[in-house]
Amino acid sequence: MARLNINGKDVELEFDEGTPLLWVLREQAGLTGAKYGCGIAQCGACTVHIDGNPVRSCIYPADAVQAGQKITTIEGLSENGDHPVQQAWAELDVPQCGYCQTGMIMAAAALLAKNAAPTDDDIDSGITNICRCGTLQRVRRGIHRAAELAKEA
Amino acid sequence: MNTENRVNLSRRKFLVSTAVTGAGLSLGLSLPQALADTHADEVNAWVVVHPDDTVVIRIARSEMGQGTLTGLAQLAAEELQCNWDKVTWEYPTPGENLKRQRVWGSFGTGGSRGIRESHQYVREGGAAARMMLIEAAANEWGVPADECMARDSVITHKPTGKTTTFGKVATAASKLVPPDEVPLKDPKDWTLIGQPVKRLDTADKLTGKQIYGSDINLPGMVNAAIKQSPVHGGKLKSYDADKVKNMRGVKAVVRVDDNAVAVVADTWWRAKTALDALPVEWDAGESGKVNQSDIAAAVEEGLTADDAFVGNKAGDVKAGLAGAAKTVSATYSYPYLNHATMEPMNATAKWTEDSCEVWCPTQNGEAALAAASEAAGLPLEQCDVHKQLLGGGFGRRGAPDYVRQAVLIAKQMPGTPVKLLWTREEDMLHGLYHPITMARIEGGLDEDGNLTALHLRISGQSILAGLMPQALQDGMDPVQFQALAPSGDHAISYKIPNLLVDHAMRNSHITPGFWRGVNVNQNAIYMECFIDELAHEAGVDPLEFRRRLMKDNAKGWAVLKAAADGAGWGTPAPEGIHRGLATCFAFGSAVAACAEVSVDENGRLKMHRIVAATDPGYAVNPQQIEAQVEGSFVYGLSALLHGECTVKDGVIEQDNFHTYPSMRINEMPEVETIVMPSGGAWGGVGEPTIAVAAPAVLNAIFAATGNRVRTVPLKNRNLRQA
Repeated sequence: MARLNINGKDVELEFDEGTPLLWVLREQAGLTGAKYGCGIAQCGACTVHIDGNPVRSCIYPADAVQAGQKITTIEGLSENGDHPVQQAWAELDVPQCGYCQTGMIMAAAALLAKNAAPTDDDIDSGITNICRCGTLQRVRRGIHRAAELAKEA
Repeated sequence: MNTENRVNLSRRKFLVSTAVTGAGLSLGLSLPQALADTHADEVNAWVVVHPDDTVVIRIARSEMGQGTLTGLAQLAAEELQCNWDKVTWEYPTPGENLKRQRVWGSFGTGGSRGIRESHQYVREGGAAARMMLIEAAANEWGVPADECMARDSVITHKPTGKTTTFGKVATAASKLVPPDEVPLKDPKDWTLIGQPVKRLDTADKLTGKQIYGSDINLPGMVNAAIKQSPVHGGKLKSYDADKVKNMRGVKAVVRVDDNAVAVVADTWWRAKTALDALPVEWDAGESGKVNQSDIAAAVEEGLTADDAFVGNKAGDVKAGLAGAAKTVSATYSYPYLNHATMEPMNATAKWTEDSCEVWCPTQNGEAALAAASEAAGLPLEQCDVHKQLLGGGFGRRGAPDYVRQAVLIAKQMPGTPVKLLWTREEDMLHGLYHPITMARIEGGLDEDGNLTALHLRISGQSILAGLMPQALQDGMDPVQFQALAPSGDHAISYKIPNLLVDHAMRNSHITPGFWRGVNVNQNAIYMECFIDELAHEAGVDPLEFRRRLMKDNAKGWAVLKAAADGAGWGTPAPEGIHRGLATCFAFGSAVAACAEVSVDENGRLKMHRIVAATDPGYAVNPQQIEAQVEGSFVYGLSALLHGECTVKDGVIEQDNFHTYPSMRINEMPEVETIVMPSGGAWGGVGEPTIAVAAPAVLNAIFAATGNRVRTVPLKNRNLRQA
């Protein structure tokens, strides 16, 4: 039994020692927005935030989350699905199959939280998620657009 | 085509009437819940209208990111004349299709066929529904139907201005006899086809609400992880279940067919953890001795072998080459590739003695149903498949191997739903690989630098031989000649007086499959890079060299010219930047690309920009076509840069994204897409453009370095070194 703060709520969850956070979120907390893609922190489909930092939850042991740390998943990124990244993504029709996009959005949101107006170079170094459908060009545009939307807000 | 459409239409008319008149009796009982709920409002198989004017368009093909569901909905909605803002969609199940005599036609989603092969009957479905809705309104008003018209889901009686809505007359419309003749709009009157409308499936993909197959959670469900013989064709020899059966959460350890073992547990993580701890012995068989060098040697031998299937032939290539003023030859190769869909293979199955249900991502719902039925040992009628949106397909999910496995496991736990999810490692080791091939190409030029003779010998693995040998034609795999065929949807772009394209088939134990773009990927490299070599040898500009061969191919030339012009071909490029061209005709669409690259002094490549052009005939949704062009380039260029699967002791060596990398955003060039629909045809969109990215980049690399790269991928190569 452990207590985790997920999307602003404290929850008591039971999981085996060493279980990756991804599987605790998906199988214990019922939050399936973070996806399993590779299991070795290569693809980023499992990206969630811990205290605002992007984390590849497929290799992050859930028992390594410290008391008081806040976990944010795609389900908790915004109240009504209206985070600037989500708005920009909708505006530009970014997702194709969409499977990697929750992780991509979480990575983009974390980048923008630290860097309100990222350059293309910042995006190149800050976004390392894999998308096999190939939405990368719209992801780049989406991040720039989200930066604009956040500024306007 | 026309005959087939007429047959389809009349068959549907019969079925729709049967369905309408006998709805409560014959269909209501066996309908899946989602459809049963809406059946009362079903105007016909394609269109359901709710009282609030919501229009549900039924989509038979699978959505895997390529946007086909939005495009198909546009086709139906165009003819239906409904309010697009109130359009939503649903999948009929393959079981429902079977019960209704395949009223929705094929569920197969591959070969860029979604719109290409169902545009006619999907539009007719929308048009017939509109006619029935209008007729219902006219009946209510007691006026002739031809005095009424529909627009934005509103029906108007033109002489009086009276109006009603689709939602108000839908129930009455559903009781009418479908029209005998269903005329379609003239393309010049289209208001929705050709518009860059937003996709219908985006909202839930932004919030985590979208449920994929791997997210399925049913009451009482258990989870399975599987290990298959690492060697394709190998067998499961033994396993020691006692070692893991007491591990936390483990419910069962089960044999699956003769080549796999699965652990079933309460959670997938526990199933996988136990499976990792399970001692397993395999019988690799003869294939366990096969290494990459063996496969490569067999393929290389085929380059000069006497046995070869002829795919395209004109004139006398031997005499043409013998009489040429100059001959040029080169050898190219292309490796095995894995699809690496972001979502690994998965399926959830529930088996009882008299039913079997499956929830899964599939590109072919009917094949999944057939596989489920066979594995379940139950007739098709007692099985059904609930298709989920795919986390990528690219051809991999046309095969239902993972569906069969899920059912075989579920059958050992009657009444309990079982979700099978492959690890990435299983997915990488048990793909259906883009086949390995090589090509030896010889071309002859006349004194003016014109191409007069070309022999393109392909050697290597056949997809059909490995996957569906019944489709071979006298042993020949016609798919091998995509984009090099004499005519049709894959016609060669050039007229060459003396031509021979032939294929020496060299298969291995590695299971091949249809991989986005299929054989056009390597055929376009072989042809387009070699054309560039010939142009260089002839001292002729590569665009001009191609123009001379495209005098009979106005469509192809227009597309190539547009890409070249768009990139500024013939004008100086920015300092250090070099250009390369490629074109082809594939899946019914003419496509071309002009790439701009630089290569630094250490031989490292940067792809700056690619201008792409495509003429698919009709362009249903231009912004989604742009998305497909951009996306296909990522897929094709990932292969060019990094993609290669190799074999050691019979096993694929690359088991995850660290050894099989995919392109990331820092490698992504700016893609500019020119969509130039010339009408008159329904060409594919998802696949054709993938094939021009790699050769355009390779030709640009030559322009930058003077080095020809004839072996891909480029990984770890210094492009400055020959």
